[in-house]
Amino acid sequence: MSPSPRTLFDKVWAAHVVEQLPDGTCILYIDRHLVHEVTSPQAFEGLRLAGRRVRRPDATIAVVDHNIPTSDRTQDIAEPESRLQVETLERNVAEFAVPYFPVRDARQGIVHIIGPEQGISLPGFTIVCGDSHTSTHGALGALAFGIGTSEVEHVLATQTLLQKPAKNMLVQVDGALAPGVTAKDVVLAIIGKIGTAGGTGHVIEYAGEVIRAMGMAGRLTICNMSIEAGARAGMIAPDDTTFDYIRGRPYAPQGEAFDHAVEYWRTLPSDPGAHYDRVVHLHADEIAPMVSWGTSPEAVLPITGIVPDPAAVTDEAARAQMVRMLDYMALTPGEKLTDIPVDVVFIGSCTNGRMEDMRAAAAIARGRHVAPGVRAMVVPGSGIVKQQAEAEGLDQVFLDAGFEWREAGCSMCLGMNPDKLTPGQRCASTSNRNFEGRQGPGGRTHLLSPAMAAAAAVTGRLTDVRGLV
Amino acid sequence: MQAFTTLTGVAAPLPLANIDTDKIIPARFLKTIKRTGLGIHLFDTLRYDGAGQERAEFVLNTEPYRHAEVLIAHENFGCGSSREHAPWALLDFGIRCVIAPSFADIFHTNCFKNGILPVALPREVCDQLMEDARMGGNARITIDLARQVVIRPNGEELPFAIDAFRKNLMLNGLDDIGQTLQQSGSIDAYEGRQRAQASWMPGITVT
Repeated sequence: MSPSPRTLFDKVWAAHVVEQLPDGTCILYIDRHLVHEVTSPQAFEGLRLAGRRVRRPDATIAVVDHNIPTSDRTQDIAEPESRLQVETLERNVAEFAVPYFPVRDARQGIVHIIGPEQGISLPGFTIVCGDSHTSTHGALGALAFGIGTSEVEHVLATQTLLQKPAKNMLVQVDGALAPGVTAKDVVLAIIGKIGTAGGTGHVIEYAGEVIRAMGMAGRLTICNMSIEAGARAGMIAPDDTTFDYIRGRPYAPQGEAFDHAVEYWRTLPSDPGAHYDRVVHLHADEIAPMVSWGTSPEAVLPITGIVPDPAAVTDEAARAQMVRMLDYMALTPGEKLTDIPVDVVFIGSCTNGRMEDMRAAAAIARGRHVAPGVRAMVVPGSGIVKQQAEAEGLDQVFLDAGFEWREAGCSMCLGMNPDKLTPGQRCASTSNRNFEGRQGPGGRTHLLSPAMAAAAAVTGRLTDVRGLV
Repeated sequence: MQAFTTLTGVAAPLPLANIDTDKIIPARFLKTIKRTGLGIHLFDTLRYDGAGQERAEFVLNTEPYRHAEVLIAHENFGCGSSREHAPWALLDFGIRCVIAPSFADIFHTNCFKNGILPVALPREVCDQLMEDARMGGNARITIDLARQVVIRPNGEELPFAIDAFRKNLMLNGLDDIGQTLQQSGSIDAYEGRQRAQASWMPGITVT
């Protein structure tokens, strides 16, 4: 009898079970642990108090990203609490011998940008980090998910986690994306369709013609926002696009070792007939450039749409929630989305801070100028992205167009550093969350793609980028 | 971790769905290197106005809910980030149990690591408990983890499901790292197999 067909998730999971406990809980081995300054101090402190060591420093990488300013890097961090967190990480990585990219190293950047960029994140790996957007790395065919600080400590001490297997969900996107429609629009459309709890308890595998045709940057964007659909992780089967992306990266296997790795990685894609607990289909023809109008990532519409009317919602709780969202966002039902003016434009984050995102935004910015009264900032996802963009002259394109060109970090995605909205400001943002106050207290966020964000910057309002290309 | 056996306390009604971790504690309060002291920032934007004054209408700013030990909410509680600061803030405020129709996965796990019991019950049951909670200080709700029941003020018992492994850790206040380290031999063996089978796998050193 042949073994029953398995999904990509099933295979990666099974390859990492150290032991299964009687109730089904598994001790799951972790291949890569990414560490940053915000969710690790209490974990290292826990190790210290218990007299425990880091089991696998050689499977761990630390970097600073959340707190650091994206302005002048020659200065120390002015904000005392942020400085303390960074200094605490530096003390911890020294004490526990954890590999670390410091802030003035070109390899520094957002943890979910640098993992793939450096070849640290690889297919078939289990990858965790004290950050929910760890789902990003699933684009390589890894099982990657965010964990809390107690679990960070658990991984540091044991290189394992206690987990029960997730359910399998397939999101199949067929067809071909129209010009001006990007990976960001695809994932926003998916979240709009299944909702912010649509993936709870599941690992989503993204498949179909649209995903196969997509480069790694787009795949990383899609897996990044899996958590916004409530999923434990997002995954994409590795293929030649994946292997070509990995080949030659600093921490990837090299030469013969790379060939052996590829041999293994080719066994990972889901078997024909593998079982999924839930299947969702989208067709590329249904997907237009998307923008969020509310304070939940499921509150999205095509840019051609109008602000929805709560009066049309029958469920009382859902109606109350919509009223609250429109009130917070200061929007009127029936208003055209393209009539909404913006004060700030943020291009960056672990969702859209890669080289391809810089290029997509620059293509719209080139030869145009940021609208009067709008502040537009571009924050590359890593020092390497920044270097490459500058080598291509994109920094000058942005500067000539009136955008700010900044240093790498999480920046205004969550406003832990000085980059934040002031109350009432409205921002077109390539980040991942539009929660109340996410980008600064009282700030209003509209999620969209890098090209759409650049279009909003040059017109001063939410804009259908298809009219500018 | 503090053990969780039974709890009888005031329950605060928070009839909102998708209460995200930014709402539970905004990112600007994550700059701490400690686990304690976050209770004053719990639900910051719901609880305080722009000038830092309490919003009189917010439930946790009213009696008896200032002393609530249980929260009743709607679907998808704790969605968003992995920040354990969310359960730390709840715990520091005094909340030991959250009852909702559903929870986001990472938040759900983080609760168990901190002795906060997340109880998932159907929406209509949560709505009943929401009504109970609205009765205030005389309507205490009991949660008995060993028997896996929530007991309404009228004595009605509502059974709930819970993972057996996590239940045991919670009831006994066990350190799960210590538990896992007892399996060090299995982890060593796994690493030995991995080294043999995936010799292509590189280690990380920064130079």
